[in-house]
Amino acid sequence: MKKTYLNEFHVNNGGQMVDFAGWEMPVNYGSQISEHKEVRENVGIFDVSHMAVFDFAGSRQVEFLEHLLPNDINKILASRRALYSPLLNDKGMILDDLIVYHLGDENFRIISNCGTRDQNNAWFRKVALNFDVAVDFKEEASIIALQGPKANDHLNILFDVALEPFHIKNLDDVMIARTGYTGEVGFEIISDASRGFELWNHFIEKGIKPVGLAARDTLRLEAGFNLYGSDMTAENHPYESNLGWTIDMSNNTRDFIGKSALLDLQSDSKKLVGFHTDARGVLRAGTEIYFDGGSGIVTSGTWSPTFGKNIGLCRVDNNYPDTGNAKLRDKEINLHFCETNFLKYLK
Amino acid sequence: MAEVPNNLKFLESHEWARTEDDGSVTVGISDHAQGLLGDIVFVELPEVGSEVNKQDDVAVVESVKAASDVYTPLSGEVLEVNEALNDSPEIINSSPYEDGWFFKIKPNNIEELSELLDNEAYQELSES
Repeated sequence: MKKTYLNEFHVNNGGQMVDFAGWEMPVNYGSQISEHKEVRENVGIFDVSHMAVFDFAGSRQVEFLEHLLPNDINKILASRRALYSPLLNDKGMILDDLIVYHLGDENFRIISNCGTRDQNNAWFRKVALNFDVAVDFKEEASIIALQGPKANDHLNILFDVALEPFHIKNLDDVMIARTGYTGEVGFEIISDASRGFELWNHFIEKGIKPVGLAARDTLRLEAGFNLYGSDMTAENHPYESNLGWTIDMSNNTRDFIGKSALLDLQSDSKKLVGFHTDARGVLRAGTEIYFDGGSGIVTSGTWSPTFGKNIGLCRVDNNYPDTGNAKLRDKEINLHFCETNFLKYLK
Repeated sequence: MAEVPNNLKFLESHEWARTEDDGSVTVGISDHAQGLLGDIVFVELPEVGSEVNKQDDVAVVESVKAASDVYTPLSGEVLEVNEALNDSPEIINSSPYEDGWFFKIKPNNIEELSELLDNEAYQELSES
């Protein structure tokens, strides 16, 4: 199994290690609920160095990204910012989701998921050839996510930066982005492993708790963020994945991969929405949902540590009403459909 | 890791059984099992008075991560269930062998106990 440079730390600090897409990663360091609450109420750090960092070289990176991504890179050219986008194939189906960062001048960086790193590496290289852009897959990079209401205080001890959401600061040896996967104020700090090691140890010495992948999953689900491979796969297009807002058709002359397929799509017949229920038990991925005149399937389901109940995402027929039903161990469960951002909706 | 009391017998599916002075048998899940499940958030307990057969799935334990059936190590009548688990299922994580018990049984055939694993055999199994 592959390991990040912090593997020894995880093992020596109670990390329960699991195989995550071929990487040995900590699922928790004792209690995923405590870790979740620490991020919601205070601050936590995550080793997400298993994710894939790609840098690019060449003078036509903007053109390359205009073609590669359905979201429009031109949105972030004026300021150093980050942009979320799915990655589509030419059928308009979702290959992955990612964040592209404008490092300054004509230079960009993409961070994408762990399980799709080889696919993306090959895909980027193939597309980049047409634009004389070189792809630098930084396999040894460190990514530390510092997330929680107190993240800013801890960041400011080290760096004199003030960042608005989705803005970035690119220093000599470290890039800091105000992005994350928790729904909290937070930062993702990208560097090489040796600088990462210094930063990680600094945060640990300040008493910040490490957080495992299990809490990362419940945090992202409460915030309504999709997980690639669960809530969307290469069988889904963006409009049935709550990602219509990332498809930028405003520039008629911009031709991105998947555009013509998306234009040919019939009206979207399914939607990815949230659900919650007070029933005892957890409806999990794969559970069927039904209602008068339609049905659906749970794509992610968990017990929410913040709200103390079952929440999740489901893909349902477009005519879904306010409530639906599902079976859990022969019990009939009544559930409510809702917006995907539970932090706002259930507050 | 919680200390494993010596007077327990185990099913391979991680349930423990303890004979009490009054002849009843208390049932719970092992420390190893609660560790695998992680933070427990719900339990479904059997009905008091119901008759159960050895290795029936009679209860459910659900963590944030997964739901798992709980099998009874012995046949008999369910005498009592641990109602405290309904409101505070996390007791199973913190005290799997004491406060986190699931139910008590009046065994039909106490001989069934001898078919269960002793502590040493169970530990060997759960560590392999």
